[in-house]
Amino acid sequence: MAKRESSSKDLGTRDNQAAELARSEAQSELLRELVAHLRQNRNQLREEWVGRISETRLLTAMTKEEIFAEATSVYDSYVEALETETFEALQAYARNLSERIIPRGVETHEVVGIVLLLRDVLARSLFAKYQTDFRKLNRILDAYEPAANRIANTVAVGFVQERERVIRQQQEAIRELSTPVLQVRERLLILPIIGVIDPQRARQLTEQLLRGIRTNRAKVVVIDITGVAAMDVTVANHLVQTVEASRLLGATVIVTGLSPEIAQTLVTIGVDLGKMNTVGDLQGGIEQAERLLGYKVVTLAEPR
Amino acid sequence: MEVPILKQGAVLIATFQAALSDADLNQLRRSLVQQVVKHRSRGVIVDVTAMDVMDSFASRTLREIAHMIRLRGAETVIVGIQPEVAFAMVQLGLTLEGVAAALDLEEGLAYLIEKFKNAD
Repeated sequence: MAKRESSSKDLGTRDNQAAELARSEAQSELLRELVAHLRQNRNQLREEWVGRISETRLLTAMTKEEIFAEATSVYDSYVEALETETFEALQAYARNLSERIIPRGVETHEVVGIVLLLRDVLARSLFAKYQTDFRKLNRILDAYEPAANRIANTVAVGFVQERERVIRQQQEAIRELSTPVLQVRERLLILPIIGVIDPQRARQLTEQLLRGIRTNRAKVVVIDITGVAAMDVTVANHLVQTVEASRLLGATVIVTGLSPEIAQTLVTIGVDLGKMNTVGDLQGGIEQAERLLGYKVVTLAEPR
Repeated sequence: MEVPILKQGAVLIATFQAALSDADLNQLRRSLVQQVVKHRSRGVIVDVTAMDVMDSFASRTLREIAHMIRLRGAETVIVGIQPEVAFAMVQLGLTLEGVAAALDLEEGLAYLIEKFKNAD
């Protein structure tokens, strides 16, 4: 009994598989027909699409010729993706296109907009072609719609990913710029910190400072945190660790510009500041550093 | 591998050539503490430039060496800790408290000479 049941089930799945195969066969057949249609009417559809793009005032950052050239490549990649049902080439093209147009200020809604416009233009042409055969139109749309939606998805995701990559790159650059280690005298470095310190930036600061101590052979470092509005426990501990690590490299650290709020926070959370050498402001810090290094600053003449 | 100990005037210089085993470290401690009095040295420099890791045993031994040598009447300075090693050490809480540190051999020598001058 059980056996028969299982064999009938086998039969059922085989039937299903056969049906599946036949369906996908039919699907490919329809897609082929679709691709042939799109190839045949390439010029007309492409021009209509470009017309719609300028009508809806998308891609205003680009000239008409540029739009036309890009539209041609997009159209061809689009048809190719429909034909082969593989999206890698289109993905690569989308990324490449994004790389070129992002610096010119093209927005996400424009890119999504033009791909959706192309989808609509092509769908309209299918309506026109199969208007007499409603069932066929239905089947063609069944084949076309999922593929078209996937293409739209692929292009949009490609664009957004590229944008995110650019943003990440810029953040990195800003971070690099925001932590300068400056030598003000022989063997004296200052490290002005401005803005919010998150754990990642704190780590980078430490790395740059320790490297700076070695390359400049610094003996004294003044870390000025006048421009830091707030500090949490992790960052405060990190600061203490930085001071200790600098000592292991033979450098003394002076911290200046602790605001009343930060002082309050540090005392409340109980960070051990005993090992830190603190001075009220940057000027005082530099003066003390000069004393430590044996410098003496004298006035040669009255300022005019 | 044994750590060579060189004598330069009133200073002994021990240079690590590679990462050391615990036994090597113990051996170094014995011979440094012995030789510091034998040569009537006033300062000891331990150069760890070649070490790219510093575990808790190594850093504890360095601290012990420094304190023992102070009890034997000389100053110790650790030189050549790499920036990455320094930060890894403080993160593990190995801060070599009470031990002088300097950037490199030159700085270490300058530090000791300054100390000798103040003492004289």
